[in-house]
Amino acid sequence: MSKILIVAEHDGTKLNPSTAKCVSCAATLSGAEITLAVCAKDGAALAREAAALQGVTRVVTLDHPANEHALAAVLAPQIVAIAAPYTHVFGPSTTFGKDLMPRIAALLDTAQISDIMAIESATRFRRPIYAGNAIVTVEIAAGEKIVGTIRTASFEAAAAGGNAAIESAAVNAALPTHTRFVSLSAAKSDRPDLQSAARVVSGGRALGSAENFQILYRLADKLGAAVGASRAAVDAGFAANDLQVGQTGKIIAPELYVAIGISGAIQHLTGIKDARTIVAINKDPEAPIFEVADLGLVGDLFQLLPEIEGLL
Amino acid sequence: MKRILVGIKRVVDYNVRIRVKPDGSGVVTDGVKMSINPFDEIALEEALRIKERGGAEEVIVATLGVADAQQQLRTALAMGADRALHVASDAAIEPLDVARVFLKLIEREQPFLVILGKQAIDDDNSQTGPMLAALWNRPQATFASKLELAEGKATVTREVDAGLETLQIDLPAVLTTDLRLNEPRYVKLPDIMKAKKKPLDTLTLDALGVQPRQRLKAVRFEPPAQRQKGVMVKDAAELVAALKKRGVV
Repeated sequence: MSKILIVAEHDGTKLNPSTAKCVSCAATLSGAEITLAVCAKDGAALAREAAALQGVTRVVTLDHPANEHALAAVLAPQIVAIAAPYTHVFGPSTTFGKDLMPRIAALLDTAQISDIMAIESATRFRRPIYAGNAIVTVEIAAGEKIVGTIRTASFEAAAAGGNAAIESAAVNAALPTHTRFVSLSAAKSDRPDLQSAARVVSGGRALGSAENFQILYRLADKLGAAVGASRAAVDAGFAANDLQVGQTGKIIAPELYVAIGISGAIQHLTGIKDARTIVAINKDPEAPIFEVADLGLVGDLFQLLPEIEGLL
Repeated sequence: MKRILVGIKRVVDYNVRIRVKPDGSGVVTDGVKMSINPFDEIALEEALRIKERGGAEEVIVATLGVADAQQQLRTALAMGADRALHVASDAAIEPLDVARVFLKLIEREQPFLVILGKQAIDDDNSQTGPMLAALWNRPQATFASKLELAEGKATVTREVDAGLETLQIDLPAVLTTDLRLNEPRYVKLPDIMKAKKKPLDTLTLDALGVQPRQRLKAVRFEPPAQRQKGVMVKDAAELVAALKKRGVV
């Protein structure tokens, strides 16, 4: 039977939605026993939230002052210390998981399977490669422990309503002091979080400036949407890096994705191909974004956006 | 000597449209343009800038792969690396074994900093940097968008999902690069000529004492599910009407 350990992602007070998506992914393996590991400074409230996720059998808290910030070099030895009974060790394919999970895999001397989009069996997984332009089915020899990161856009979040047992484990691993957290500058925003928003309005290079990006924010506010950006817009300084959608930014799966002035490079499309409805507005009728858009509109965004806003 | 070790990978060029072979055995790479993985180019550029500021004396570039990967090493030498190491292997090597190879190169060269790309754009694994840092038992700073070096320490700004995180790490350490760390320079023709005279050593896995262990098997390759092409609307009113009809607004 598969025993799956999932490393919970959180900000110290709340679980990141990626954690509940990892639980959903793990639960697709029938008969799997799912344990969530919560590494925190004080994980009591986080553990209660984790224990309520449907599908979770057990929550293990690893409380330590050094866990105040998620540092891969600090967390990895703690997970490794409790990993022995598990067949699979999973984390989300977010910057948190991408940083941490390979460090765990190396310490465990196991292979890692990145960006798992489907579990076919305990040893068979599907994952995208080449920016999602090919899907590979990967098999690992039976009996090998597996570390994996979960492509969160491929899974719905597990619902609350469960009641898993909570245990605390002592942190006995020697923790390094060679890596120190200095600061996190997060853009404060009242808008929905890009990664989990049901609606996203995204802008590209055609917006022309950071000031013009404000037009996008107005439409986003009207729709209750998060704001995203193409790599070109971020590189040009129109939007912050954490808004980037695509192969090297965030992979998202909203109900509605509105791409404004985004041509639709392959690397951008890979970040949105799981969106339910894609709307593209672009002045170039040949833009590749129209190949994937459910609804396309050719025209000048500076004229169209206020019109659309007025009609909503 | 203060050395920086940079890892590069030969990959299908960023602009090539990827096609899966009809028999599902892989993607088409015959006759396709190959380049240095873009994130690795950024890694090399950063190392060169550190050296140009006087923060390092030598930049070594290394790759693991087929004989043709020497083309990418020559390009790296033309960009400005001082010497190159080619660890020859015809078989695809999994990231954990790549990390083990780089650990051997670290033991040989004693760099104070190792810079790698955050991911290769072919397999999109994003594993080798943290794996190497773990095996080396040293700090890692992944997805770096800014690097400042001081005596024995580095302050690194990282592009994380929540925004920009800053870490201070002790050296030596492993850094992986994000897109906005720098813009790599273009190679000039005279530099290509000069690069031909720079040292490029070939090593074998045997000589390094690494026996790769293939743990993963690629069973099948498929093209991704295609989205249905949608409809074009003529104006804002028609767009909003269509959105309302779909129940998404």
